[in-house]
Amino acid sequence: MRIFHKTVASALLASLLGTAGAASAATDLTMYYPVAVGGSLTKIVDGIVSEFEAENPDINVNAIYAGNYNDARVKALAALQSGEPAQLSVMFSIDIHELRNLDAIDAFDDLISTDEEREWLDSFYPALMENGKADGKTWGVPFQRSTIVMYYNKDAFREAGLDPEVAPTTWEEFAEMGKKLVKKDGSGNVERWGAMIPSTGYPYWMFGALTKQNSEVLMNQAGNETYFDNPGVVEALEYWQSLGNEHKIMPEGVIEWGTLRQNFLEQKTAIMWHSTGNLTTVKNKASFDFGVAKLPGNKELGSPTGGGNFYVFKNSSAEEKAAALKLVKFMTSPQQAANWSQATGYMGVSQAAYETDSLKNYVKEFAPAAVARDQLTHATAELSTHEAGRVRKFLDDALQAALTGQSSAKQALEEAQSQATRVLKRYK
Amino acid sequence: MIRALNLKAWLLLLPALSLLVAFTHWPTLKTFWRSVTWARSDVAPSQFVGLENYQLLLDDPIFWKVLENNFWYAVGTVPTSIGLAIAMALWVNGKIRHKGLLRLAFFTPTILPMITVANIWLFFYSPGIGLFDQLLASVGIQGPNWLGDPDTALPSLMAMTIWKEAGFFMIFYLAALQTLSPELFAAARLEGAGPWRIFRRITFPLLMPTTLFVLINALLNAFKLVDHLFILTKGGPNNASNLLLYYIYETAFSFLDSYYAATLTVVMLLALAVIALLQILLFDRKIHYR
Repeated sequence: MRIFHKTVASALLASLLGTAGAASAATDLTMYYPVAVGGSLTKIVDGIVSEFEAENPDINVNAIYAGNYNDARVKALAALQSGEPAQLSVMFSIDIHELRNLDAIDAFDDLISTDEEREWLDSFYPALMENGKADGKTWGVPFQRSTIVMYYNKDAFREAGLDPEVAPTTWEEFAEMGKKLVKKDGSGNVERWGAMIPSTGYPYWMFGALTKQNSEVLMNQAGNETYFDNPGVVEALEYWQSLGNEHKIMPEGVIEWGTLRQNFLEQKTAIMWHSTGNLTTVKNKASFDFGVAKLPGNKELGSPTGGGNFYVFKNSSAEEKAAALKLVKFMTSPQQAANWSQATGYMGVSQAAYETDSLKNYVKEFAPAAVARDQLTHATAELSTHEAGRVRKFLDDALQAALTGQSSAKQALEEAQSQATRVLKRYK
Repeated sequence: MIRALNLKAWLLLLPALSLLVAFTHWPTLKTFWRSVTWARSDVAPSQFVGLENYQLLLDDPIFWKVLENNFWYAVGTVPTSIGLAIAMALWVNGKIRHKGLLRLAFFTPTILPMITVANIWLFFYSPGIGLFDQLLASVGIQGPNWLGDPDTALPSLMAMTIWKEAGFFMIFYLAALQTLSPELFAAARLEGAGPWRIFRRITFPLLMPTTLFVLINALLNAFKLVDHLFILTKGGPNNASNLLLYYIYETAFSFLDSYYAATLTVVMLLALAVIALLQILLFDRKIHYR
């Protein structure tokens, strides 16, 4: 009965709207998409979407751009709760536990049916899948993904008598070379710092690199346990502190994420640690010779992955989910991933993307484009837990307290750990 | 007859009233209700928990920190911007050249959206490359890490807020100054009163209604305006510049804890109501209305 009504209703609607053909003429998809400041990303995504629509005339995609990752999540969830259509979204890869707690998303394993689709789901770099998996299933498919890399000013290296082709590979080298790169004016004021690691915005992310380099992880895969006060983790923070207060290669206090790239471009720092997502902008704007290298290591090399994954919302019809899967497959296909990577600096998400002619040639001409990929073998998951916002803030506050000298590394991290343990208790 | 008039009055009030109820009173009640309930997640059914959320609030060190910050923020921004506003208004009300241009210059910060202003000031404050550090460097001083040091982060935000607000309040004072009758000043000068005496005994008392209005607005703004935090510090480092409303936003949209956010909101509403009441009660008697 219900089905009958629905068919009649949609037929009526179709005739009212004057659409030719069957009632199932078109599937409408609403996709939420995060863009940080800077308009060029929307143009690129719009381009991919219209290409997809040209290939699939029966699917209409409405892309809604919604600020940063946090805004995108807030808007997509608000839309879902108020019954507005939303079938898929790119959101923070680390939102997975909370989206599952809200019962908002479907596992991709349940959406795919054919062998070809299974093959597609297995085609991504395993390191990029870590943040997308929980309970043995894949809930997020990598798209706008990055790692942290080290950008360095080759001209500054030459000026300091260093070999511009050799970037520091260990913590000791990083501190030593950093000291040589610091440039002071006559009265002893610093004109150029040796290095900068940002500590606002996403301090926990940068810290994920330092802990991985010290062979530690910050949480378990289930996201209900953190290890903030492990001795190796404390040691990593002490090293970070020492760059400012002992080696003096970095300004003391916190370093602003938003203006760091400008600092690097204006040669106020010889080295910066930043997302690969900045690569294309740095390439276009740097007035000096620059290089990109893997982050240095202590016990091992390491960086967390970062960025956004595709999620498909549970509250959609079967046709909508099929169409959404089609769109995700299209946008993550090797050719699109290759174009995307060149346009933005984000990573090509699969091996196959780097085997396309266009990306192969690009990497040949511009070697830094491959650094993020090569670093993937040393990559670890980004901090992702239940109550993610709170737990991240505990850690962020602890890092900032230690870096500004308000408390010792050990004390700050112990406090963050006890707070995190308290809120995660109910998820055991 | 009177009943018919009443009905007409209610009908005329209806559009405004329904909007007020739908978008102010009803959400306020819902917020209050939410602050005494709790649920595991937004999809689970909520249950009544009494004052449990308020108990949590008393034990929350960040809550006390943001309250303290808000206090200093209000103390630091409100009197200064009002003082500046009066000074600027007196100046551009006088007989000087290019009055229009000056007024425009003072008013410009108000026209700009807060987010734009914050983005501009982010680069002013940026260590090394920022305007302030470059100015300091030109006289040989190495500037501090304005937004990155817990001691300077909140004062830096205050400075920007004063810059942004003073021009806005100036407009009110300018309008008020132009309504003051010139005979009063002429008479005062005849009696031989100096400019300071005129200001203290005539201008300032006559401006009191404006001052009350501006004071309430400025104090409310000290709680309500947090747009710049999103750009400049995100409340950091380590909550050194976090303010109550931003903490509410973080709790609701970053921690996804709408119940605790509702509790914080109730506290904020109470604080704002108390401020407005106190001011009206205390100042009303001392103000010379015409």
